[in-house]
Amino acid sequence: MAEQQIVPSHQLVAPVARQSGQPVSRCYQCHKCTAGCPVTMAMDLMPHQVVRFVQLGLEEELLKSKTIWQCAACRTCVSRCPNGIDIAAINDALKQRALAKGVQPALPEVAAFHQAFLASVKSKGRVHELGMMIAFKMKTGTYFQDVPLGLKMFRRGKLRLLPEGLKNKARFRALWQGEKGGQA
Amino acid sequence: MKLSYYPGCSLHSTAAEFSASTEAVFKALGVELQELGDWCCCGATSGHSLNSYLSHALPLHNLILAEAAGNDLLVPCAACYNSLKAAQTFMAGGSQEARELNQQAGQILEREYRGEVQVRHVVDMLADDRIKALLEERLQKRLAGLPLAAYYGCLLTRPPKVASFEANPEQPRLMDRLLARCGATPVGWTHKNECCGASLAIPQPQLVEQLVGKITAAARYAGAAAIVTACPLCQTNLDSRQPAGAEPLPVFFITEIIGLALGLDAAPWLKKHLVDPLPLLRQQGLLVAS
Repeated sequence: MAEQQIVPSHQLVAPVARQSGQPVSRCYQCHKCTAGCPVTMAMDLMPHQVVRFVQLGLEEELLKSKTIWQCAACRTCVSRCPNGIDIAAINDALKQRALAKGVQPALPEVAAFHQAFLASVKSKGRVHELGMMIAFKMKTGTYFQDVPLGLKMFRRGKLRLLPEGLKNKARFRALWQGEKGGQA
Repeated sequence: MKLSYYPGCSLHSTAAEFSASTEAVFKALGVELQELGDWCCCGATSGHSLNSYLSHALPLHNLILAEAAGNDLLVPCAACYNSLKAAQTFMAGGSQEARELNQQAGQILEREYRGEVQVRHVVDMLADDRIKALLEERLQKRLAGLPLAAYYGCLLTRPPKVASFEANPEQPRLMDRLLARCGATPVGWTHKNECCGASLAIPQPQLVEQLVGKITAAARYAGAAAIVTACPLCQTNLDSRQPAGAEPLPVFFITEIIGLALGLDAAPWLKKHLVDPLPLLRQQGLLVAS
């Protein structure tokens, strides 16, 4: 069987380290992150592999992976990493890189959720949970998923019909628009 | 004693009972909570996932408002607490990016961030010496022997350098101690700080059901009659996504349990729960007539 030859490239280390604020080159593959990660069963790359792939410059594999979207950002990895590397932050940098480069997210529903969440914050300054859920469902076509649960929550007064807004919208918008990077 | 109060979006909606019980408990202790005027969303997981700028700028908006108000900032939501602490760590790092953000925010909000405000989670605050003394005076050991599993989740203790107020973030204790002070018996268990899947509940409900199933099974195995959390998303996920097959466990907010032990009327909070906790409490003779 022909093995795929990997030609290591260091081109990804610096930009990912800068964007994520993480010392990616310190990783020596002890696998402690992967041992503690609660969602490895749904990942295609294990957390320690994400760091290794960054070190090796395997950008396409990373940006197309499920893992960068699957991460629950629970921070168990960084809590236990002997080198203090926050893999959730690396995954965030890779998600933002994927969107910036127009790579289709491997878990489109997760990306759609984050986008619907931020769109809700952008329009009012606070999340309107009911409106955000409807926007998410329109985007993903998951019209019937969780509807009985939504009705139960609604009956208990847990979902507001109308969004809340800020009094000083101009100030909030100015701060929001100050963004230079990012994809929201 | 007066504190600024940052409820966050969930506490105005899906976790309204967390806010109501927090406000009632602090009122009963004689601590005044003043909701921060015009607070905005902290950005939560979606903020740091898609937009690094917003993950710092949104919490900074609230930190600057809190500094202007002048009191310590009380935060019940674990995700808001984590975002605010992460933004404080970022600002304290003093990078060029942080300095530029502060300048920009200073122009917009007419005040720069100075790094003076103390951000305190509800559990952290309830364990504070001043509050502990007030609690000792008023708490009754009303929950006599009720076995409860204190569930800390992720964002109250991780990453330790940024967020944890616990001596050992792998073995958090403060909620267990509060439960014991209410007369309950906190159980020793394996899943105190295992992730419930958080916001993945919306895009991936099956995955979250699987994680919630492991957590509730562990609590049941340890003999707990209910789970106690201090995070609106943990409570929502555990309350709404326990897999069919076993009798679901009620899931309380820590402030609801303290409220019960203070003799407050908990019924309006508990009626909002999806897994009805009233039968368990009636059985324990814990419900104040209402």
